[in-house]
Amino acid sequence: MAAQDCPVRPPVIAPATGGVDAPIVNVAPVQKILDVCRAMSLWPMTFGLACCAIEMMAVGMARFDISRFGAEVFRPSPRQSDLMIVAGTVTRKMAPALVRLYEQMPAPRYVMALGNCAISGGPFNFEGQYAIVEGVDNLVPVDVYVPGCPPRPEALLEGLFQIQHKITGRRWWPVPAEISGSMGGGA
Amino acid sequence: MNATISFDSVLHVVLALVGVAVFVGLNGLLLVYAERKVAGFIQRRPGPYEVGPQGILQAVADALKLIGKQLVRPDRADPLLFWMAPVLAFFPVLLLFLPLPFSPLLTGWDVNLGLLLILAFAGFNVLALLLAGWGSNNKYGLLGAARAVAQSVAYEIPLLLAVLAIAFQEGTLSLSSIVATQGSMPWQWNIAVQPLAFLIFLISALGETNRAPFDLPEAESELTAGFHTEYSGMGFGMFFLAEYANMIVACSVCTVLFLGGWKGPFLDGAWWFLAKVYALLLAMMWFRWTFPRVRFDQLLNLNWRWLLPLGVLNLLATAFVMKL
Repeated sequence: MAAQDCPVRPPVIAPATGGVDAPIVNVAPVQKILDVCRAMSLWPMTFGLACCAIEMMAVGMARFDISRFGAEVFRPSPRQSDLMIVAGTVTRKMAPALVRLYEQMPAPRYVMALGNCAISGGPFNFEGQYAIVEGVDNLVPVDVYVPGCPPRPEALLEGLFQIQHKITGRRWWPVPAEISGSMGGGA
Repeated sequence: MNATISFDSVLHVVLALVGVAVFVGLNGLLLVYAERKVAGFIQRRPGPYEVGPQGILQAVADALKLIGKQLVRPDRADPLLFWMAPVLAFFPVLLLFLPLPFSPLLTGWDVNLGLLLILAFAGFNVLALLLAGWGSNNKYGLLGAARAVAQSVAYEIPLLLAVLAIAFQEGTLSLSSIVATQGSMPWQWNIAVQPLAFLIFLISALGETNRAPFDLPEAESELTAGFHTEYSGMGFGMFFLAEYANMIVACSVCTVLFLGGWKGPFLDGAWWFLAKVYALLLAMMWFRWTFPRVRFDQLLNLNWRWLLPLGVLNLLATAFVMKL
C-alpha cells in the first residue's frame, strides 16, 4: 500500500472523561478564597514530551524561577498535581497515556498546551502525516495555549499568569511595559 | 509512675495533645515555607516570593488548595486500608510530642520511660507507610512501601544503639532527667562525650524519617511518588504533615539526648530548646538540597557495614567506661 493512498487516519483516541465531585461547601466567599489559593499553588506534573520540556525545566531554574509564584513543586504523581503542562509533541502512541494521566488528576485540574506541537501539531502538521495528534485539545480540554517553537520561559510564566487570571478572574501581576524580541545582557 | 489515673492527669494529657496538634500544624506550614525558601537559596533563586510579602503565605495557599482538592481512591484499592493509612501516619506522631521536655515547666507528660515511648510509637509510621503502599493497589506504591519497611527496620538498629549509649551513661530513660544531668555550656552537653553516637543518631534519624539523601521510599525518578503515589488532596497532605512532624520529633530527641535540651548559655529555657531544634531542622533541609539520593544498596551498606558496627563499638566503649 503506497503512502498516499493510506486510508483515513485512525480515529483520534477517545477524549478524556472523568467525574468531578461537587464541592462540599459551596458558598461563594469560600470558593473565592479557595480559588485564590488554587491559583497561587498550581503544582505542575512532571510531564515533558519533547523539546518544550527543556524550556519547562529552564523556567524552574534560577533565572526565571517559577517558584516565585508557588508553582515549582513538580509532582511526579498525577494525583498530586493541578496543572498538566503538555510540553511538546503528542504522538498517537503517547495519546492514550496522556488521556489517562489527565483522568488520574483530581479536580480541579488545568491544562496548558505549551508550544506549537501541543497546540496544533506544529511543524508535524502536514498532509498525510499519521503519527501526531494535531492539537492536544482533541484529547483533553485545554485552558491556556502558549505558542512558540519552543516558547521562551517568559511565555510559560505568562501562560501561568493567564491560568491564574482564568481561575480567579483578575490579573495578579503587572503586565510588562515592553516585550522586546532580544533579551540583551541585562533584564 | 503513679498507677492511679486521676481526672487531672487525663485532662493534662488531653490539653497537651491539643497543644501539640496546634504546634504540629503551625510547624507544618512554617517548615514547608522554610524548606522551599532554603531550596531556593541553595539553588541561588529567591524561592516563593510573590504570594504574600516574601512569599510567607505560600504554605497557607498550599494547605488550603490541598484541602480543596478532590479525594480520589483508585477503583481496586482497599477502601479501609487506603483511608486508614494517612490517619495512622499522622495521629500517632502527636503522641510522640508528649514526653518531650520543651522546658522544665513545659512538658506534656513527664513520664519516666519517655524515650521508650517515643521509640515504640515511632514504629507506627512504618506501619502506616506499608498500609498506604499495600492498600492503594499500585505497583509503585507497593515498591515504595517495601523500601520504607526495609529502610526503617535497618536504621532503627543503629538509632537504638546510639540512644542506648546515652541511656547507659545517664542510667535513665526519662527525657527530663537526661536534660537535667547536662550542663548549660556546650562542653557540658552529651555531644562532647558521645560525638560518635551523635553522628550515628543524626544519620539514622535521616534514614528513619525518609529524608533525602535517604528518601528512597518516594524516589520520584524510579517510583513516581512511592507509597503516596495514589493519594491526592489531604491524603497526601497528611503524609506530608506526618513527615515534618517526624522530623521535629527526631530533632527534638537529638536535642534532648545530645545538645542539652532546654539548657544553654546565659539563660535556660524553651527558647534554647526551640533554637536547637530549628537549627537541626535547617541542617536536615541543607542535607536534602545538597546531597543526591543514594542507591538502595549504598543505603543498606552504609547502615549494616558502618553504622551498626560503629554503634556496637561505641556502646561497648560506653559500658566499659561506665564500669570503670
